[in-house]
Amino acid sequence: MNPRAAYLLAALSALLLVLPLVADSYLISLATLILYLAYTGQAWNLMMGFAGQLSLGHALYLGVGAYGAAALYHHFGIGPWAGMWLAIGLSVSLAASLGFLAFRYGISGVYFTLLTIAFAEFARIGFDHFNWVGGSGGLFLKVAQRDQIDIFNLRGTPVMFYYVMLALAAGAFALCAWCLQSRPGYYWRAIRENEEAAEALGIDALRWKMLAIVSSAAMTALAGVFWAFYYNNLFPEQIFSIGRSIEIILGPIIGGIGTLAGPILGAALLTLIADGATELVAALGWDVPGVKQLIYGIILFAVVVFLPQGIWPALARKLNLSK
Amino acid sequence: MNRGVQHYTLSIPTKGEFIDFIVLANVLVSGVLTGLVYGLMALGLSVIFGVARVVNFAHGELMAVSMYAAALSFAAFGVDPFLAAAPVAVVFFVFGYMFQSTVIQPFITRPDHAQFILLLAVAIIITNSLLIVFGPDARSVRLDYLLESIELGPLLIDRGKLYAALVACGAAAALFAFFRLTLTGAAIRACADSWLGAKVTGLNVKRLYALTFGLGTACVAVAGCMMILLVDLTPGLGPAYTLLAFVIVIVGGLGSMNGALVGGVLIGVSEALAGLLLAPSAKSMFSFALLIIVLLLRPRGLLGEKL
Amino acid sequence: MSALLRLHNVSKTFRGLSAVTSVSLAVEPGAIVALIGPNGAGKTTLFNLVAGALRPDSGEIHFNGARIDGLRPDQVCGAGIGRTFQIVKPFAGLSVLDNVVVGALKRATGVAEAKRHGANIIAQLGLRPKGDWPASALTLPDQKRLEVARALATRPKLLLLDEVMAGLRPTECDEMVALFREINRREGLTILLVEHVMRAIMALADSVLVLHHGEVIAQDAPAQVVRNPAVLDCYLGEDTEL
Repeated sequence: MNPRAAYLLAALSALLLVLPLVADSYLISLATLILYLAYTGQAWNLMMGFAGQLSLGHALYLGVGAYGAAALYHHFGIGPWAGMWLAIGLSVSLAASLGFLAFRYGISGVYFTLLTIAFAEFARIGFDHFNWVGGSGGLFLKVAQRDQIDIFNLRGTPVMFYYVMLALAAGAFALCAWCLQSRPGYYWRAIRENEEAAEALGIDALRWKMLAIVSSAAMTALAGVFWAFYYNNLFPEQIFSIGRSIEIILGPIIGGIGTLAGPILGAALLTLIADGATELVAALGWDVPGVKQLIYGIILFAVVVFLPQGIWPALARKLNLSK
Repeated sequence: MNRGVQHYTLSIPTKGEFIDFIVLANVLVSGVLTGLVYGLMALGLSVIFGVARVVNFAHGELMAVSMYAAALSFAAFGVDPFLAAAPVAVVFFVFGYMFQSTVIQPFITRPDHAQFILLLAVAIIITNSLLIVFGPDARSVRLDYLLESIELGPLLIDRGKLYAALVACGAAAALFAFFRLTLTGAAIRACADSWLGAKVTGLNVKRLYALTFGLGTACVAVAGCMMILLVDLTPGLGPAYTLLAFVIVIVGGLGSMNGALVGGVLIGVSEALAGLLLAPSAKSMFSFALLIIVLLLRPRGLLGEKL
Repeated sequence: MSALLRLHNVSKTFRGLSAVTSVSLAVEPGAIVALIGPNGAGKTTLFNLVAGALRPDSGEIHFNGARIDGLRPDQVCGAGIGRTFQIVKPFAGLSVLDNVVVGALKRATGVAEAKRHGANIIAQLGLRPKGDWPASALTLPDQKRLEVARALATRPKLLLLDEVMAGLRPTECDEMVALFREINRREGLTILLVEHVMRAIMALADSVLVLHHGEVIAQDAPAQVVRNPAVLDCYLGEDTEL
């Protein structure tokens, strides 16, 4: 790795590790949100940036993961570390079905994307009527004492949640970094660039695309588990909505699809700008919903039109960080 | 319902009740009429997606804008949406033409997903701009002369729905006529069949794509002016209609204008039935299930060409 | 000596038009066989049938003793057949070396080994100085070399070359010919090539197959084939000078 990049990475890691010691609770929650978006963005990036499949229905895995673990905790008292296996299992099965159906029936491009949306929407409406987990009224987890840290049940302070999310995000980063330099990374990128040529070189495209989809779903499911225990309430309208899926993809697209740093940069940029804008609007005394999303839309538009590779590649060149 | 008319019962049990045949018939008719307006909206997408090859993920949002335009002109100037339809359509045509030729044109050579995301961005911008400008409260347009329903035998037909459906049919007919009977229409159809062939024979493909996009947008404009009479308007309608338009176009068959209308009616009827037999909130679930089934079993849709 | 590749009565029809009609041929191990014929004769279809991109409507294809018709393209590669495409398909966003590494990974146990093997192959094809370049930055002749390098990286027993000389200058063409002869001599790589460039065919091929309207109309040594009246009639023309 480029020495400047390594130095930057080390500095960033150090900063993230000590952040809770110097920051106030607002900043910590903001940082947690950035890490959450970086993590889910990285998970989505696996499927899009590496295997080239555009999914606009990732909220499905988020929601199923969240509801899976939450239901087990709510009804049976089973903690998230055990419950996450159900969460992952369910998401993986859904992703596998979706992938199998799509690839077996040759659905690609915009049709594939529409299929992912349909699955997520179906889940949203379905869970609205799924009364065992609260239906449209929502599922609520018992909120324990906030100053007692029970990591086994993921009950505790915002600082605890920050470090959990940091661990997840760091893990995702490491996984993707390893992937890029190993067989899956090479094979996925080959499939993304030219599937026919990849097959001629002995790559079983179906199997590898499935692997991408399933891995992406499993990672996203974990984020769902985190979400459930962090916010302590789940509503189908919220967690399965297409807005959630869009939120997941904004970071990687703006930061740079297929890059390692892209999702992180994108997540940070978007959250900080959105937060700044909301503060500004509040300071001006307006109470206007939709400003944040409007800004997201404008940034997305600008990036897609002027910087199609995302911000990171251009930035990396400018700062002399690429290999 | 009790006006001295004989009740016919049909044994469709739902939650232990039986459905009155007349209720069912009225619901079906209502579904067909609404479906025709859906069909016009989908026709716009079919033209845009099928010909100009634009994955218009902002389609429903454009419809929402048109609905706001109609609602505004009614509230501010008392203009009847039936009258507003034509000028709104013209404005939308111009906008569509310019939008395609300036913003979308460079994306034709770029990978599919880039275009998709571009229009997604546009959709987000539109929906939230509407939210900021108009607020989240619902609006509607109520015309006095539409309050009375029309009696057709035992059926009770909503006047507004009927007129809206008629206008939708008229607009669709005009579009069909354009494509069948004019030279430009033929040129556009040629473009759809073969981009390269069209270029080679000297057709100005760029201009035709822009024209097509403009026509599609105009369709959406008319559909929106009609839809405001049928439903209450909120900024969140945009995304829902975008998805609905895609479902209809895919179910009906991409590249088939007839398919868009047939698909629209089919979805309108199935929504109406689902609303009656299941819970009202489940009606779009049915549409999505239909989309999934069609994508898997018959991707070219009912009337589309083989993919 | 049993043939490495054997086709037996292979046919393929597209919407009523017979692209390949009952073609039978055999390629001996270590041989270099050229497939020629006018456009539309079915040459690329035949390639696609062997490579698994298409499934024959009837007939059998045997490779190295096993039946391969009906296998997927990646399985065919696993069996030992590498191929290039008539219109090059580089992995544009990857570097030249990474392109070849993708191929090398087929037989290598890990990325490190694949990189070593890949670097080797790149050097053989004269692409070493451009190893870090994005594949999209290469000129067409270099992209063709990359295409060949990638296929070679999978360590095939049989290499299918689809009009790889098209667009190359005579000196470049001669370089490619020399390279193939070298690999054929050194490693016994069997080559089946579709070509229009007679210069390359005369220099490379042990035997030439002529395809016309989906049927084999001649199969002989190059010197004989260019004198075959049927071949002159349908393809080469009376005044062919070689």
